[in-house]
Amino acid sequence: MKQATLFGTIRLGVRSLMLHKLRSILTTLGVLFGVSSVIAMLAIGEGASEEAQQQIRKLGSRNVILRSVKPAEDLVRGAETSRISSYGLTDFDFQRVAETFPGVLRTVPVRQLQQEVRLNERALNPRVLGTVPEYVDVTGRPLSEGRFISVEDQLGFTNVCVLGYEVARFLSPFESSIGKRIKIGADYFTCVGVLLPRVPLGSDQPQPGADVTGEVFLPLETARRWFGDIQVKIRSGSREMEEVQLHEIIAEADSDESVPPIAAAAREMLARQHNQQDYEVVVPLEQLLRAQAVKRIFTIVLSSIAAISLLVGGIGIMNVMLATVTERTREIGIRRALGAKKRHIVTQFLVETVVLSIGGGLLGIALGLLIPIGIEYWAGMPTIVTPTAPILAFLISAGIGIVFGLYPAWRAANMDPVEALRHE
Amino acid sequence: MTTGSGSPAANAVAELRDITRVYRMGAHEVRALDGFSFTFQKGEYWSIMGSSGSGKSTLLNLLGCIDRATSGSYRVRGEEVEGLDDDQLSDLRSREIGFVFQSYNLIPQLDVLENILVPLFYQDDPPDDGEERARILAERVGLGSRLGHKPMELSGGQQQRVAIARALVNDPAIVLADEATGNLDSKTALEILALFDELHAEGKTILLVTHEPKVGERAERTLLLRDGKIDTVSENRQGLAAIGTVR
Repeated sequence: MKQATLFGTIRLGVRSLMLHKLRSILTTLGVLFGVSSVIAMLAIGEGASEEAQQQIRKLGSRNVILRSVKPAEDLVRGAETSRISSYGLTDFDFQRVAETFPGVLRTVPVRQLQQEVRLNERALNPRVLGTVPEYVDVTGRPLSEGRFISVEDQLGFTNVCVLGYEVARFLSPFESSIGKRIKIGADYFTCVGVLLPRVPLGSDQPQPGADVTGEVFLPLETARRWFGDIQVKIRSGSREMEEVQLHEIIAEADSDESVPPIAAAAREMLARQHNQQDYEVVVPLEQLLRAQAVKRIFTIVLSSIAAISLLVGGIGIMNVMLATVTERTREIGIRRALGAKKRHIVTQFLVETVVLSIGGGLLGIALGLLIPIGIEYWAGMPTIVTPTAPILAFLISAGIGIVFGLYPAWRAANMDPVEALRHE
Repeated sequence: MTTGSGSPAANAVAELRDITRVYRMGAHEVRALDGFSFTFQKGEYWSIMGSSGSGKSTLLNLLGCIDRATSGSYRVRGEEVEGLDDDQLSDLRSREIGFVFQSYNLIPQLDVLENILVPLFYQDDPPDDGEERARILAERVGLGSRLGHKPMELSGGQQQRVAIARALVNDPAIVLADEATGNLDSKTALEILALFDELHAEGKTILLVTHEPKVGERAERTLLLRDGKIDTVSENRQGLAAIGTVR
């Protein structure tokens, strides 16, 4: 027997809605666009933050980077009496980090030199870095060909170098640079390997002019032996000499949890050992966390915009349902006269509203899954649709149906049957 | 003044005792029914007449349990209506009342069979044979071949037949017909009245509210209202005669 079952009520509700197809479709559109924009916004937000996080992860999220920074001119120690400005990280700092910091897995020192790099008549001024074999592992830079500096190079003070991709391409565009004798400063070094390009932040393509900012790696001790600790910079007619022992110390933590204490210890140690601000501590993990916080704000803002469009859709539904209730006052009167209880009327109209909003929600999910694909295709922006987004959107659309359907349904149910029957 | 056919109380389907219904219209009160008492017996066929403002619509609404008296007692098949809450009143309607309206009042999105089934749809404990019952009733009112049609596809007379079948599907204590022939042409109106005669002959209790004397005369007896009170109670020869002449 057909009773006022939920299934029966839903079927009847759908049929009532089908009496006014255009109106029902237009009403559905409000929720459709609301839901699809929620999904699309979340996908864009998720995609953008994921991209940023990946870039930061490439820097090594477990690394703590200590860097030498040239202090302001008048603060440089002995600037008046000597023309050599001495600042920055020291070998002692390196030893402290490597030997006494708990949670530090590997420590990599880096010296940076200002030297011309030349192969035959091709020359450029890249960053020449003296470092140790662990550098590639700790920074996660893959090799394109050959090998990186080895322990033997380090111990034997061999004259070898490893070129960055851009430098290798510039010096020897048509053949492999391996085995070539590269002139760095006044001396020759044998090229043993080439690194893959470092992906610049924000794009997958090396930026124009990236050649001149490339890198050349030498064994740290070789670099020390040949070039010393004092750097001569020739700048707009004046000579300037700097003494910097180490330009960078990269400390790799054994886990993400060890990163903040290492960073804190490094800051504390440097503050104690250095009487001027000639250093900085860069923590990619902190940047990652900051990026996540930014992502959260980004997502909240985007979702709020989407939520507003959902709200507008909900108000549209409520508006139409109020009109429907007025229009069907007589039907309500008839049903009440024939024995419908208030809850039957509430259910009837609520079901119609929920059918509208869920219908719009389902179509909105379909559209919402297509929009990110389109954005990725046309705008090249990365998007990520998390499985929770469609589920969330569906629940929201059902919720909207209930919230915005309750008042019209309540109004319908509380009509006086006698008055309702008299309604023309 | 209490009148009736004089049958035992067990046969009473609708007993009204001292019913008063007062409408407030701003500052002054209108007594639509004023100390009205009457008992309708099972199987009776009454027409309720009176000029507009006599209280017949109010009486109909009270009998149909869609309105409540200001004071007094009303029993349907012995069940006291006063004091029931909205849900109980609704349930009572779905079990004991059959409505036939002037403008048919079918639900446009439902077909003939579904329209007939609506009162059962709202019952707390609907009978198992409801659909079978509805088919028989549709056959009975001559629409057995139109079960799948929507109201829009039927003529006025056919719609009213569906409405009558709907009013009977719950086997109600009383069938209330409110100007049931008011929207029909005279030929169709006669057909509908003939159907009421048949139903009366089958033992249904029918109360026909009308302002048309010619329609009112078709009933067995007529209750004439004036100013919320019973003016006259009369028996109609024509109505009684009609029972014998139909088909």
